[in-house]
Amino acid sequence: MSFEPKIVAFLCNWCAYAGADMAGTSRIKYPANVVPIRVMCSGRVDPEFVLDAFEKGADGVFIGGCHPGDCHYVSGNYRTRKRVIMMKKLLQEMGINPVRLRLEWVSATEGKKFATVIEEFVNEIKELGPSPEGE
Amino acid sequence: MAKIAMYWGAGCGGCDVSLLGIHEALLDLLDVLEIVFWPCATDFKYEDLEKMKDKSIDVAFYNGAIRTEENEHIAKLLRKKAKLLVAYGSCASKGCVIGLANLSTKEDIFDAAYLHNESTKNPDGIVPQEKAGDLELPAILPYLKTLDQVVEVDAVIPGCPPPTPVLVEALNALLEGKTTFGKEVALCDECPRKDTKPDKIEITKFYRWHEKEDNGDCFLAQNMICMGPATRAGCGGECIAANIPCTGCMGTVSRVKDQGASMMSAIASLMEEEMDEEKERELIASIHDMVGTFYKYSAARLLPKGRLKDES
Repeated sequence: MSFEPKIVAFLCNWCAYAGADMAGTSRIKYPANVVPIRVMCSGRVDPEFVLDAFEKGADGVFIGGCHPGDCHYVSGNYRTRKRVIMMKKLLQEMGINPVRLRLEWVSATEGKKFATVIEEFVNEIKELGPSPEGE
Repeated sequence: MAKIAMYWGAGCGGCDVSLLGIHEALLDLLDVLEIVFWPCATDFKYEDLEKMKDKSIDVAFYNGAIRTEENEHIAKLLRKKAKLLVAYGSCASKGCVIGLANLSTKEDIFDAAYLHNESTKNPDGIVPQEKAGDLELPAILPYLKTLDQVVEVDAVIPGCPPPTPVLVEALNALLEGKTTFGKEVALCDECPRKDTKPDKIEITKFYRWHEKEDNGDCFLAQNMICMGPATRAGCGGECIAANIPCTGCMGTVSRVKDQGASMMSAIASLMEEEMDEEKERELIASIHDMVGTFYKYSAARLLPKGRLKDES
């Protein structure tokens, strides 16, 4: 059986989650490997959540937020961007491939983009194989 | 008389000293305590401990982490013999500085310690053996473990080593049977430099301690990493009073699980808000050693099975 990665996706209520919804209402297909978790803002995603997801066996973690300048709370996504850069550096030091953490900006109208980036991400993780932490 | 035990696992010995360091308070405690096992200070053998009845020790303190089979054996033994088992200090509770060893394998550590480093001449390649003739040494475990990764722990006394006020409060609470104590706020709350913290901090460059002259203000406002926001109060900010930024030995308040993650989150919020992405990358790349900075005392929790190997 081929490897089906488990991916946790933290999606902000105002943009990325609405974008995922848009993908759904537009009947755009994307891989079912993703478990979406709705958060009020991508800035709510504490680095602890990401580490926790990996610890509990996620093969990849996706964070979706509003485009820069569009954050519902003005600057939450700027903080997210910094956190993700930091987290990737930490993951590298821990021996986890930083590609397993991905940040994308998806607006409420970008259903197509949501489906595309998820598909891309799932394929990337499939190539990487299971996370070493989940073993 | 409450019976207490103290064991020294993999650690520097500072925890044992810290118990003596409470000075006169120790005299009051000795009136109500009977020490039944404390290899560092008194003459007890492991057999004495083995012969004790189960649950006959009221409070057992375990300091140091678990790096050898011997450490592991005593941890399990103390768990059996004691009513309350307490992780004493940062090594026992979070792995501490020696937990950073989990970034390397046991083989790498032996190589660096006994074979290949600039101050070692070892042409015959002699490394410690677990068995030599009749003699046996306890085996080194593949990775360092915290006490609670081996046995159930009832209470934690934080600090490297536990500062006197924290220790005295903890000892008194434990003797009354209480297992929760200490402050539940961040170190910033009791920081000697609290008044110098501006309303808004905007970090535009990270300085290491030696790269900038300290002007006496909040270290974060001076763009130096200080773990205060992610660290539990209680120590009174002794390091900061000695002009050293906090490195986080007290661990976190009970609501926070991961100290490093908590600090990374805080640092991201303290960096200048709207800088371009390229500058953000540059700035974050200038933080040397993420694990050593943010997980100086909790790397054993971050990497319980050592550094992972992910193909890239």
